Parts: sequence; C-alpha cells; structure tokens
Amino acid sequence: MADKLTGSEEQRRYATILDIGMKVGLAVLIVTFILYIAGIPRPAVEKTDVSSYWHLKVNDYLGQLRETGAEGGGWSWLSQLNRGDFLNFLPIAFLAAVTVICYLTIIPILLKQKDSIYVVLVILEVLVLSLAASGVLPSGGH
Amino acid sequence: MSKRAVLFLAFIMILMAVFAAGAVNASTDSGAADQVGEAMGASDSSMPWWVWPLILLAVTFVLGVLAVLGGVGGGVLFVPIVGGFFPFSMDFVRGAGLLVALAGALAAGPGLLKKGLADLRLAIPVALVASTTAVFGAMVGLALPDNIVQATLGAVILGIVLIMALAKKSEYPDVQKADALSNAMRISGVYHEVSSGKDVDWKIHRTLHGLILFIFIGFMAGMFGLGAGWANVPVLNLLMGAPLKVSVASSKFLLSITDTSAAWMYLNAGAVIPMIVVPSIIGIMLGSIVGVKILARTKPSAVRYIVLVMLIFAGVRALLKGTGVWE
Repeated sequence: MADKLTGSEEQRRYATILDIGMKVGLAVLIVTFILYIAGIPRPAVEKTDVSSYWHLKVNDYLGQLRETGAEGGGWSWLSQLNRGDFLNFLPIAFLAAVTVICYLTIIPILLKQKDSIYVVLVILEVLVLSLAASGVLPSGGH
Repeated sequence: MSKRAVLFLAFIMILMAVFAAGAVNASTDSGAADQVGEAMGASDSSMPWWVWPLILLAVTFVLGVLAVLGGVGGGVLFVPIVGGFFPFSMDFVRGAGLLVALAGALAAGPGLLKKGLADLRLAIPVALVASTTAVFGAMVGLALPDNIVQATLGAVILGIVLIMALAKKSEYPDVQKADALSNAMRISGVYHEVSSGKDVDWKIHRTLHGLILFIFIGFMAGMFGLGAGWANVPVLNLLMGAPLKVSVASSKFLLSITDTSAAWMYLNAGAVIPMIVVPSIIGIMLGSIVGVKILARTKPSAVRYIVLVMLIFAGVRALLKGTGVWE
C-alpha cells in the first residue's frame, strides 16, 4: 500500500528528476537574469532599448534584431551565449527540456517491467517534444 | 482570508489594470495614434526601462496569488490580462504565458507526484495527445495576425468563464467499471485523503472519449498560450471519472508536458523576450507561494468570483481590442 500511495517506481523516479531539474533551471534563470540586468556580458539589445521591440510582431522583431548584428529564433541563441540577453535562453531551454530528460530516465524502468504500451507512449512523447524542440517545424508564417 | 482582504486584493488588481490601461492610452494619445507600435516605442523610451517589467512583476505576483486561491492555472489569467493591458505583442505574451504555466507546473509537479495525487500513468497517454496537438495550435497561433488572436482569445476566455461557472464537480465520481482501454493501460490508483483519513481507490472510464477531447484542449493551449487546466479538470473529473483531487493534480502536472511542446514552438519562433518572461515567472511563482500560504484561511467561493470577474473583464477587453472597438 505504501508503494501505491506514493506512486509507481517510474513515478517516483520521474518526480525526483523533475524536482532537481526544476530547481536547477529556476536558480540559473534568476542568476542569468541578474547578470543581464547588470550588463554582464554585454547584451545584444540593451535593457534600456527592449521597450522599442516588445510591441512588434515576432518576425518584425527578428528583423530589427538582425540590424543589431544578433540573430534570433531557432537555436541561434546557443551560439550567442556571450550576450547577456541570449544567456537567459540557456535556463529557459533547460526548463523546456526537463520533461524530455524525465521521460528518458523512466524508459529503463518500464522496459524492466515489460510495460510495452507505456514504453511506446513514452518514446512517442520524446519524439514529439524533440520534434517541437528541433526547430524543423514551421513556427511563424506571418 | 477575510472579506476585507479579498476586496483589497481585487482593488489592487483593478488599480493595476487601470494603471496599465491608462499608460497605454496615454501613449497612444500622445501624437501617434495611427501607429500604435511606434507610439509605444516612443512612449516607452521616455519612461525608465524598468517600469513595465516592474509593473509586470507586481501584476504577475497578484495573478499568482489569485490563481492558487481561485484554483486556475496562471496562464489563463496571464495571457488575456497582460495581452490586454501591457504594450507587448501577443506573440511575446503567449510565449511568456506558456513559460509561466510551464514553470508553475514544473514547480508543482514533483510534490504532486510524490504524494500520489498526480498520476503518471493517467497523464502519459493524455499528455501525448495534448502535446502533439499543442504543436499544431502554436503553428496556427503564430501564423495569425494579432487582432484575430485577440478576438478569438476573448471569445475563448468568455467560454472558459461559462465552463467554470456552470461545470459541476464531483469529489468521487461513481465509476462502476473501468473501461477496456484504461484496464489494458492499467490506469488506476489510490491516494490518501487527508480530510477523511482514508485511502481512496480510483479507476476511470470513457478513456477514448477523454483522449479525443484532449486533441482540442492541446490545440487551444498551443494556439493561445493558455495552460488549459480549466479544460483538463472537467474532462478528467466529470468525463473520465477520476476523483477531483487526482484530476486537479494530474491536470497541473499535465501542463508541464503539454506546455513544453508549445513552448518550444514559441522559443524556436523567437517569440521569447527575457525581459518579459523572467519577471513574469518570478512574479507568478512568488505569488503562488503566498497564495498557498493563505489558501487555508480563505473562502474559496469569494476568490472564485473575483477570478471569474477578472476573466470576464479580460475576455471582453481582448474581444474589443481584437475587433478594434477598444484599442
């Protein structure tokens, strides 16, 4: 009964990884934002100028961003971590990736239990999330 | 929470909304009414850079408190209110809304799973359907012009108000027999009900019907950047027959998966500005912490009315803004 009350083995594993990932992600998010506010490292868009961009549609914003020499959208932030604003994308992307990590960690447990339906469901979910994260799908057609 | 405290919270909320709306109007009246975007930029450049982020932090803090007390996700309040009263494009508001709902769900998920209130076996198939259609919803939402998104969001929010006001809840739905699909997937469980001190066994039925509804729920979550807890709970509880607590907890956990797929779409589209996202996440999370602390002393029905009134206000505002009646 104790096991049933605290969920299955895969549920407990999932919760543990989610807990760690969430705390790490949020802590880093706060640190990188403080660095951005402090201007360390120098951002692509100064904090004083952000208000000139946030009313724009995303495609217009990306066009304006290119004029500053930066590149937005997709995984372009990864090659611009030397800019304070883009550094914030690291914890944001990590938080958006935590679920995939959790799913991957429970696959061995489900395999051990020969729970083939859930192995398939979990793999499909990982594929869906990976596809969404890949940037392959069109995500801005206006 | 006393009646006075509830009224005070409502007053602060309305004051902030009025302040935000006033600031928006002031900027459009100041000589560039035909180009709202340019007017916002011009007005904002004359304003210290930290003003809007600070207002955003304060508003999201209050939204975080009310979301917990009103039993709704942060996203459903965040998107219409911030979209309606802040000078941000709806693209960035929806991107931030998804990340706000995602952060809240990630924060709540571990505790709910460990206590056995959220159920992973129930969430996995439902999440697969919702997260897949959320991707398509995000693609559609990002392809539509702002005014259409605003107007349809307004209509959806008013529909949500109707659902929230009319939908009944069942603490322990009567599920005579689990259906074949949930049996095959071994979706059932037991949780400890603190109020009665008993362990409650549960099972579900109408699994296929529920999964079909999650096609639409996921799509709307992605399209509007809403958390979709407002739809998850009635489907899990009333249709599929999961106990109310399991439905609420699994719904909250579910958002961490559904919103992940849609959040990636907005992230890849470039619709994420840290200056909007980070204060929002921090504000909502701090508000949620305070909300949980005062939850025990509050009268849920009173707060629920405030949330409904706020949603009506935000829904009408979005509808009128989208149709050009109230710019």
